[in-house]
Amino acid sequence: MASNSDQQSMDVNYIARLARMNLDALEARQFQTQMDGIVDYVRQLSELDVEGVEPTAHAAPIQNVFREDLAQPGLTQEQALANAPAQSGGQFIVPKIVE
Amino acid sequence: MLTAHELQDRLVRGDCSSVEIVQELLAAIQEVDGTIRGYLSVDAEAALAQARAADAARATGRGGPLLGIPVAIKDVLNVAGQPCGCASKMLRGYVAPYDATAVAALRAAGAVLLGRTNMDEFAMGSTTENSAFQVTRNPWSLEHVPGGSSGGSAAVVAAGEAVAALGSDTGGSIRQPAGFCGCVGLKPSYGRVSRYGLTAFASSLDQIGPMTRDVRDAARLLGVMAGHDPHDSTSLPAPVEDYEAGLPVSGGLRGMRLGMPREYFGGGLDTEVEAAVSAAVEECRRQGAEVVEISLPHTRYAIATYYIVACAEASANLSRFDGVRYGHRTAVAGDATELYLRSRAEGFGAEVKRRILLGTYVLSSGYHDAYYLRAQKVRTLIRRDFDAAFERCAAIVCPVAPTAAYRLGATGGDPLKMYLGDVFTVTANLAGLCGLALPCGFTAAGLPVGLQFLGPALGEARVLRAGRAYEQATAWHTRRAPHAAGMARTEAGGK
Repeated sequence: MASNSDQQSMDVNYIARLARMNLDALEARQFQTQMDGIVDYVRQLSELDVEGVEPTAHAAPIQNVFREDLAQPGLTQEQALANAPAQSGGQFIVPKIVE
Repeated sequence: MLTAHELQDRLVRGDCSSVEIVQELLAAIQEVDGTIRGYLSVDAEAALAQARAADAARATGRGGPLLGIPVAIKDVLNVAGQPCGCASKMLRGYVAPYDATAVAALRAAGAVLLGRTNMDEFAMGSTTENSAFQVTRNPWSLEHVPGGSSGGSAAVVAAGEAVAALGSDTGGSIRQPAGFCGCVGLKPSYGRVSRYGLTAFASSLDQIGPMTRDVRDAARLLGVMAGHDPHDSTSLPAPVEDYEAGLPVSGGLRGMRLGMPREYFGGGLDTEVEAAVSAAVEECRRQGAEVVEISLPHTRYAIATYYIVACAEASANLSRFDGVRYGHRTAVAGDATELYLRSRAEGFGAEVKRRILLGTYVLSSGYHDAYYLRAQKVRTLIRRDFDAAFERCAAIVCPVAPTAAYRLGATGGDPLKMYLGDVFTVTANLAGLCGLALPCGFTAAGLPVGLQFLGPALGEARVLRAGRAYEQATAWHTRRAPHAAGMARTEAGGK
């Protein structure tokens, strides 16, 4: 990694767009300052030599857990729809996505 | 304020009923929760119905480790038919369709599910001030936070409004509030308790655990909840020990080798916390423990590693909140993208947004290797530090946090400052260890100081033994918070 001074700061509006989350102008200004501080802090990991070190995805000594592919009871349609913000005819209502 | 095991003994003897216990707690909630504000909701009728059922079951000869004992539940865990809001506007009105496995285990053991406790929104924070709904106060000082993110659970246990509670711990969210509120909190090893039904924050770090008034209760609740669950493929198939039966009657620290990490006792540690923890280590020595100095050389990189890994996982987990199947949906009409953009902007609070931003950033094209992959490699180095340390000692003894509870509002506006307070707790999550927090003293201002025992993966029996032995030698856990239920009466009437 390059040194801190070479790093571009996070463009919070661009990242918020990737996260599908609007920011208003005030939030964007506050977050820009805060995120610059946080990113600058986490960048200290670049000091370490991690050549040849295996990454850890999780700390448990288990991998590739399989189970029998059996049908099991799950939520009913009614239960699955019970918390929907909008529903009709047993389905979730969403904005039109195909013209 | 009795413990679960003491109440269970009284129930067995017929000295009281579960209904009476629940009524007493409802009165305590009535008395102090307007000030403490630890509960988001209490369903008194449902709790009394469960208590009546428990009393009826006992009358027919049934028993159980928690039969008739009320337990409060952090708002991040699903309890069928109850709200599960994660203290977020995003999930206002959400009703859980099923029980989390840990909750189902409590039910099967006879526990009465009392109410839902406040927390930092989606468990993101260290003060419980990030709740979208209310600020919880520390029963030891109303000007101070209870810690977080399981601050509501810690506060209601310390205030005598619950016998025990469940919390969740991703980077210290059980242990730090337990430390700040003078109660006991156990984060089990990764995989020891099923995460099914726990609203996910960071899936490789999250664990559910008990928050109690003493170590014996923590052992009891862990024994009820631990074990493999086909609904969580990361739960460990290892057999569950009888943690409570394994506790020492006396002398549990004799011959145990405890490691003191040099890096945890350096600069940045509050002098009163250092004094209390050093005195606790001295007590462990008096109890027969051998104390050795150990080194965890990558400690200074733990916070950066944790926030990259936790936020990356959070950004993926929280993408499910899209305003379609459940959760908040914007009232403003628009296309699908507009629906996501607005629903998420309106539903999430500032700290959740910051963490989604950091997580999205470290996973984004061009930055993944420099941040996320690198943090996963440093996580390996941190794990190796602990592997080496546990070759030299059976358990690690250290502070829970560098300071006692923060003043309300003290960390507002500076998220990084709040993150740095997690330095002694995040490592257990990164390395998959278990950790036990318990009270070991007070500051001059009367705030509790927490002691932490860290054990290797599946070393719960060991840290519980150490904690129980320390607790038997001291009386910190029997002190009562000045703002706990019944204290005003006690002071006035000498009851």
